[in-house]
Amino acid sequence: MFEANYMDIDIEQYLEEQYDIMDVSLLAGKIMLESGAETYRVEDTMMRIAASYGIKESHSYVTPTGIMFSIETEEPTKTKLMRISDRTTDLKKVMLVNSTSRRISNGELSVPQAYRILKQIYQSDETYSLKTRLAAAAISSGCFLMMFQGGWIDFLPAVLAGGVGFASVVYFSELISIKFFAEFMASLIIGLMAFLFVQIGFGQELDKIIIGSVMPLVPGLLITNAVRDLIAGHLISGLSKGAEAFLTAFAIGSGIAVVVTFL
Amino acid sequence: MSVLVQLVTSFIAAASFGIIFNAPKESLIKCGFVGMLGWTVYYLMEAQGIDEVPSTVAAAFLIAVVSQVYAKVYKAPIIIYIVAGIIPLVPGGMAYNSMRNFVTNDYNMAITLAAKAFMISGSIAMGIVLSEVINQLMRQSRMKRIG
Repeated sequence: MFEANYMDIDIEQYLEEQYDIMDVSLLAGKIMLESGAETYRVEDTMMRIAASYGIKESHSYVTPTGIMFSIETEEPTKTKLMRISDRTTDLKKVMLVNSTSRRISNGELSVPQAYRILKQIYQSDETYSLKTRLAAAAISSGCFLMMFQGGWIDFLPAVLAGGVGFASVVYFSELISIKFFAEFMASLIIGLMAFLFVQIGFGQELDKIIIGSVMPLVPGLLITNAVRDLIAGHLISGLSKGAEAFLTAFAIGSGIAVVVTFL
Repeated sequence: MSVLVQLVTSFIAAASFGIIFNAPKESLIKCGFVGMLGWTVYYLMEAQGIDEVPSTVAAAFLIAVVSQVYAKVYKAPIIIYIVAGIIPLVPGGMAYNSMRNFVTNDYNMAITLAAKAFMISGSIAMGIVLSEVINQLMRQSRMKRIG
């Protein structure tokens, strides 16, 4: 009688631990996927973490919108599903999770420690304030203008249009959760500003100003990730990221097209 | 002089993209350097009269190789370095011109430019794939030597 009770507790504890390992892996995967890591890296990290905690076999299936993860133990196989609804770009978090997974592989962290660290990473703020990122977007617009053979006279107009364009993407995506609309509005505003600058004689070449200012909106990370995922054989993720990139490009293009057509 | 302007602006542009993507502070200089290297190769090759497609392949390849070295040395995900470098190569200008021709009903010109933009996007992918192939070949030969 006493013996049986003791066994029950033991099994419960054991089960709990298995679930903890699963939670650590899933949290690591969630942070990485939401921060813009490649699919194969997410899968690799999750399986590595599980393996270093002694799970012999684990399977993960990652798409840009959800993670499925199952671990096989002596108990029946456990599987969990996690929905990923919003994706941003935060390369620092990708790097932090990556180094945490390295530490786990080296056996430096216990399961609760790893969970606590990952939770901290998950809740941490973005590295740069919105103002800094706005300034970066504005300056890069000016630099792109120069790289695409624009004249110094158009530098300031491009900086202004690029900054306002980036700000409007941030503003509109907070207002309405449709990414397409936010990007469309931003490029529309960029087009209008560039047109206005040329009309009042503040800028000279409309095309160059627009191209430079639109660059911060270009889905560069998505394109790169889509290609890398396709190469690694993650066809579904690669194609859906490619579709997302195409949609963004289309939104930018149609915003500009409206300005070009009607003015 | 114009090359110097290109060097400085491409460095700043790539580093700024690091900030937009929330890259870690210590990697910003490296992002800028990778971007500058890629853009300089592209710019110089184009100035020699070489077509955009091979220039883009060469630049993307160089960016991917340098990023791989950085990723290995600093034990960071390669994506941090590669993204900032790739951005200047994205054929934004060409896509814009193509779109412009579409809305002004010059479909012939628009299709030509769109095809070109598509080719350049493909060559960015090509450059990244090439460097990945070389990376895996090197890893395999190292494994053989050990095993």
